[in-house]
Amino acid sequence: MTPKNHYLNHTSGFASWAFTLDHKRIGVMYLVATLSSFLLGGLAALAVRTELFSRGPTIMDADTYNKMFTLHGAVMVFLFIIPSIPAALGNFVLPLMLGAKDVAFPRLNLMSFWLWIIGAVFCIGAVVAGGVDTGWTFYTPYSTTTNTNVIATTLGVFILGFSSIFTGLNFIVTIHKLRPSGMTWFKMPLFLWALYGTALIQVLATPVLGITLLLLIAERALGVGIFDPALGGDPVLFQHFFWFYSHPAVYIMILPAMGIISEVISIHSRKHIFGYRFIALSSIAIAAFGFLVWGHHMFVSGQSGMANVIFSALTFSVAIPSAIKVFNWLATLYKGDIHLTTAMIYALMFMITFGIGGLTGLHLGALAVDIHLHDTYFVVAHFHYVMFGGTVIALLSGLHHWWPKMFGVMIDERLGRIAAFLIFVGFNTTFFTQFMLGSHGMPRRYYDYLPQFAIYHRISTLGSYVMACGFFLIAYYLLRSLFRGEAAPMNPFGGNSLEWHTSSPPPYDNFTVTPIAEDPYDYDNLVGDEVSGYKSRTYEGAKA
Amino acid sequence: MMSHEHSPHLQHHFDTPEQQFDAGKLGIWLFLATEILLFGGLFCAYAIYRANHPEIFLYAHQFLDKVLGGTNTVILLCSSLTMAWAVRASQLGQRKLLITLLSLTLLGGCGFMGIKYVEYKAKWEHGLLPGTHFAPHEESTGGPGHGPGETPEHGKRPSNVQLFFGIYFLMTGLHGLHVLAGMGAIGWILVRSVKGHFGPEYFTPVDFVGLYWHLVDLIWIFLFPLLYLIS
Amino acid sequence: MSHEAHPRVGHVLPLSTLFAVLGTLLVMTFVTVAVSWFDFGRFNLWIALGIAVFKASLVLLFFMHLKYDKPFNAIVIILSMALVMLFIAITLTDTTQYEPQRIPGYAPSIKTNPQ
Repeated sequence: MTPKNHYLNHTSGFASWAFTLDHKRIGVMYLVATLSSFLLGGLAALAVRTELFSRGPTIMDADTYNKMFTLHGAVMVFLFIIPSIPAALGNFVLPLMLGAKDVAFPRLNLMSFWLWIIGAVFCIGAVVAGGVDTGWTFYTPYSTTTNTNVIATTLGVFILGFSSIFTGLNFIVTIHKLRPSGMTWFKMPLFLWALYGTALIQVLATPVLGITLLLLIAERALGVGIFDPALGGDPVLFQHFFWFYSHPAVYIMILPAMGIISEVISIHSRKHIFGYRFIALSSIAIAAFGFLVWGHHMFVSGQSGMANVIFSALTFSVAIPSAIKVFNWLATLYKGDIHLTTAMIYALMFMITFGIGGLTGLHLGALAVDIHLHDTYFVVAHFHYVMFGGTVIALLSGLHHWWPKMFGVMIDERLGRIAAFLIFVGFNTTFFTQFMLGSHGMPRRYYDYLPQFAIYHRISTLGSYVMACGFFLIAYYLLRSLFRGEAAPMNPFGGNSLEWHTSSPPPYDNFTVTPIAEDPYDYDNLVGDEVSGYKSRTYEGAKA
Repeated sequence: MMSHEHSPHLQHHFDTPEQQFDAGKLGIWLFLATEILLFGGLFCAYAIYRANHPEIFLYAHQFLDKVLGGTNTVILLCSSLTMAWAVRASQLGQRKLLITLLSLTLLGGCGFMGIKYVEYKAKWEHGLLPGTHFAPHEESTGGPGHGPGETPEHGKRPSNVQLFFGIYFLMTGLHGLHVLAGMGAIGWILVRSVKGHFGPEYFTPVDFVGLYWHLVDLIWIFLFPLLYLIS
Repeated sequence: MSHEAHPRVGHVLPLSTLFAVLGTLLVMTFVTVAVSWFDFGRFNLWIALGIAVFKASLVLLFFMHLKYDKPFNAIVIILSMALVMLFIAITLTDTTQYEPQRIPGYAPSIKTNPQ
């Protein structure tokens, strides 16, 4: 079943990977890179949670603690979560879904990856040289005056920003110009709509982060004074600049995740996606509205009352397109033939955990409530429910869904289910308790706390260890599948988008027979099963 | 007419030269959009500080030389002409003209940076630097725009004047870096033009570097009145 | 000399257009400097910006070929400018509201420790 010659064994040697122009290889390299960052950020998280297990110093002092949560945040946001789905899964799947041979600019794609590596080197270098203790948000005036390695870290993030911009640029042009004839905009798979919305944000928002970081570096290195009140500057201006990017950035994190869920829910319930146009347009709506709400991070920073009210009202509007997606997914599941594959389990998990995350965002968007909840553990719980319970869970879903296509092997479903259970229990234990901590008044980024919070912290820390076990199990069975997994058929789950109409793994130039684009969610013409794979009754290419 | 006998410039993942050209154009426009947003942040900082402290901007801009700034504007506009003309020359296969025009554009860039150097040097000498380095020389009779013996009416110096110079150096500095990068790109295109790489079959690098150069000009079109011509 | 004096793709700008545009740009530069000698009160900024926008439009439409290109390229650049204006508008609204309450230059001197 596995073809003899495919993209993984087409050429060999370090140089054939380091200088590859093949989007599939670049996707795989990004996958390794971002998952390694997830490991690093995850270990930092375990260190933070271990320190918080009991009051006072547990395993580190206060300064080290500040550096540890900064490391966790910066690595997770900039090295892992922003690139992961678009650059790893997106790079692999997007051209295949378009029936194309590659992205529009393969050399730019390689450059994006190299920039990621260089940015990572700067960030890790800053850690090795003693770390940064400002929090991943680098707020002034602390970030302009602390004597930790702010400049090295921000330079690293600046370079990572360009990696992100070039990926987004590549995806926009590829989707505009490399669609096959017959695949109009509303015949594209929804993962591509999601990647398109993400790419728009990457291209339009990330440069503002770039200028923000340059201004921060200028402030530190040259004493420019633009954020220094003693020199007439305004520190809150930094927050406007920072959040103008960082709020749309969270939609870079969640939109591709939602794209994956659209694909997995439809395919693994053998049912046409419900409300295709609504889901497609809601991706664009989320991208657009996402630019209008950045001030909701600044309700208590000294922002004017008028801006506070405007941003609070606009924040409620952002929830609407997300809710539209959730209802359409539910409608897709209704009366579907649901197969509880590991990918599907994670997709269902997403609906619950992202649902909680999104709803608690409304709590925080409500101005009067946020006055009490800002900078407490409630915020921490909210964003972990959307970023982890949203993006990471969807990444896991996508990984299990496309793993057979990427590597030509099937995953052990039994171990997959056990790991999913561990992650679900561990995650909710860790973070649900944090909603309680926050609403009872525990502030975030605090090294020590009052006795009444101890029991919640203990439970949260134990939950994090359970989660960690789940992830180590995933790493184990994924790696094992590469060596001992059973060979995957071309189309194990019965998808009809074009990536399922080529071998697993695909050949070097993607397709031996140019595929014809049909409705990607029409499964009526597919026959077969998950063991021997699905084949199309009507279309020649699948028989190649 | 068969439009695709396989051109050596057609990359394997594109079907036609038109598709490749259109894709490249869209790509470069998206890149220019990111540059607009990069500078947009600085324009925002400008807007905020000018709106809240107009007295600082009114006072401090007197130390900028309108003649030098205006000359730089003219230089960049003319170099935009030579660049656009160079693109036309490459499209029509006029190799010698292309080389001449690219060289003139490069010369324009050098002129611009030369004048920038003169301006920055004058600021340095008068201590008109941003932030903590702001240390104006009290005995100076004014900026380089005033002749010897003139006693300029600058008015009372408001507090936090260094804010203007912070914005000034950040905006013109970042712009200057982009001019240098543009000059590098033009130099590279010039070398390739001499080697005869461009003609009606293939001229896209000239076109795209040209677009970048025009963007650099575009930004200066806004910087000049906003920094030099405040009244 | 190449017999094929026409490019396969793209549009060739006539020389007359190139020079007409430069001429207009230089005239408008002169105008914008001249106008700065007069005081129109609160309109000073808008006049200067208006002239700059006009000059920028000429560069975009002609030198940068937007008039002859696919419309989406123009949409891209207009969208980016619109976003910048949105950013400036909202941030400006906010800062002008709280700025009068800040006591200028009162914050204790902050020593910077550049890294």
